[in-house]
Amino acid sequence: MMKNRQIFFLIIAIVILIGISINGSGADKGPIVLVFKHGKIPGDSEPLKRLLEKFENEHEGIKVKDEVLPASTDEQHQFYVINLEGKSADFDVLSMDVIWVPEFARAGWLKDISRILPEEERREFFSGPIQAVTYHGRMYAVPWYIDAGLLYYRKDILQQYGFSPPKTWYELVDSARQITAKEKGLYGFIWQGKQYEGLVCNVLEYFWGNGGDVLRDGVSVINTTNNINSLQFMRDMIAKYKITPPFVTTSIEESTRHIFGDGKALFMRNWPYAWNTFERKGSSIKGKVGISQLPAFPGKQSASTLGGWQLGINRYSRHPKEAEQLIKFLISLEVQKALALTIGYKPTRKSLYHDPDLIKAQPFIAHLAPIFMKARPRPITPYYLMLTQVMQPEFSAALAGIKTPEEALNSAHQQIENILRVEQ
Amino acid sequence: MKVNDQGNRFIIPAIIILSLVTIYPILYVLYLSLHRKLLIFNISRFVGLENYLFLLNDDRFWNALKNTVYFTSVSVSLELLFGLSIALLLNRSFRLRGLVRAVVLIPWAIPTVVSAKMWEWIYNPDFGILNYLIGTQINWLGSSFWAMNAAIFMDVWKTTPFVAILLMAGLQNIPQELYQAGKVDGAGRRSLFVRITLPLLKPVILVVLIFRTLDAFRVFDAVYVLTGGGPANTTETLSIYAYKVLFQTLQFGYGSTLSVVVFLCVGAISIFYMRLLSRETRL
Repeated sequence: MMKNRQIFFLIIAIVILIGISINGSGADKGPIVLVFKHGKIPGDSEPLKRLLEKFENEHEGIKVKDEVLPASTDEQHQFYVINLEGKSADFDVLSMDVIWVPEFARAGWLKDISRILPEEERREFFSGPIQAVTYHGRMYAVPWYIDAGLLYYRKDILQQYGFSPPKTWYELVDSARQITAKEKGLYGFIWQGKQYEGLVCNVLEYFWGNGGDVLRDGVSVINTTNNINSLQFMRDMIAKYKITPPFVTTSIEESTRHIFGDGKALFMRNWPYAWNTFERKGSSIKGKVGISQLPAFPGKQSASTLGGWQLGINRYSRHPKEAEQLIKFLISLEVQKALALTIGYKPTRKSLYHDPDLIKAQPFIAHLAPIFMKARPRPITPYYLMLTQVMQPEFSAALAGIKTPEEALNSAHQQIENILRVEQ
Repeated sequence: MKVNDQGNRFIIPAIIILSLVTIYPILYVLYLSLHRKLLIFNISRFVGLENYLFLLNDDRFWNALKNTVYFTSVSVSLELLFGLSIALLLNRSFRLRGLVRAVVLIPWAIPTVVSAKMWEWIYNPDFGILNYLIGTQINWLGSSFWAMNAAIFMDVWKTTPFVAILLMAGLQNIPQELYQAGKVDGAGRRSLFVRITLPLLKPVILVVLIFRTLDAFRVFDAVYVLTGGGPANTTETLSIYAYKVLFQTLQFGYGSTLSVVVFLCVGAISIFYMRLLSRETRL
């Protein structure tokens, strides 16, 4: 009995010793292993794997381990925060949502990688994402792929009733009212109104499309008359013009995409990803969908909310040089093109939108370039995640008719002012 | 004396483990709650009770507390009512009783997040089966009135089986002789229930209430998945608010203050029930 136990512990001790020695010697001799953390690749992840193998072949002595994080962006954010706060060196390259970069940069968790993209090369990228990754004049990440809000419309129905795609919000209301009066069971305009980040993306487009904003020179300007009118207009689409069904107050991207995909809506605001699902075989609205930039208020500039993911380097990485090489590779023209063709990631380099192969494979990509040009980042501030926690319930209250837009925005203004005082 | 000594020694490992995994975190959260700690600004300083004072004037906290109390009181009362009815029904003998007992447990067996996703579709105003069945066009999760009640309904659906099973076990412990004696004494059904079933079931009911009240008071996953706290924070419970402050906006100091308040509330509820229970068992 006693003997057995001693042998057991002896074996465990040996195993542990072997483990330590293997680990120790491995770190000295083997290749450098870069860990690349990113969110789940939609669909097939093979194309990215093959590209990373190509990188390994081109760079002797570097191996890349790509590790997938949970699909929910909240969880990814949490993962990074916990690990970076703990000064973890377990990953080198990380992909970040556009709204996290200033926050992580402020916390000192990202390496300044301005030199990866020299001034001239920066001009080859859309300006929105470049702005979004720049904090106090330095770049803490580089734009990997881009996303922006756009207007989907049913070109067959608009044509049938003699309307052209709306340029202003009032044109949209007008055509939606006239058409839905005749087409029973057709919703006019659907968008994302649930209390979550997507709601902020939607509302900002109305603010910007009316000359407004949330912050200006680091001060809250959220309760300006223009913004109040914009939010009132969104409420009016539900309560007064009745072109938007009340259930948008629970809608997210996917639920609106399903409704539009079933042919039950005339207009929809969504991200570019929805396009492929409408054009695939068996879709009931294949060939009947058009896209355009979002309308604006009369005499104002249209603007879309910028989305997309950026690549940065962990401040605590043990191999920052090699990590830089990997990032350069991932944002190269060639790799962005390959990712666009295979996974559908929209390139951040403008020139690819004139690329014959890409246009041939995805004709709609040509329409996206002007929209991405006008894509605007959400307020670039390390406080953003606190600001959005204030904006979400206030916007939601205005849309659900619990507060007037003026009350909601005044309340948001107060809270934002309090938050902005935090740093002192 | 000696026996006691040995007993103490036996519980030492348990105390060590508990202090590592429970007592230490609780103390650490208390410590954090007295600090202003903002990771992104590298701010971490002692502020005494400032967070607690802020909390007293924080409308969002009071709103969350109100929502939590409403959720807890309504859902637990309904669960007890339905759970007791089901337990009484299942306690009778009828054909296929075993099967019915198993079927009743299904909602309890489904993971919370899965059932919340499921109910999100059921409540969908456009495609949802609920509006289809009752022929309405109600925006269940999007209106300030319905959203919380819809969340409560889901919780009642999910947790009633748990309550029913516990109560059924309690019912089976009541000796049949008491009912027979009662009948001999000429008691009707109602007085059998009020004078025999309820008093003897009381300890079990209290245990069920402790479990359910504490669970409901800390509710997070079910409501978070269903509504995210919306519309306009009308379904934001204390746990959801604490989660947002802690993990989405990374205000560890104030987030800990909220957690401490939840902890104190839960503690008060437990003590209240424990008192009731110990009085009950002493009788």
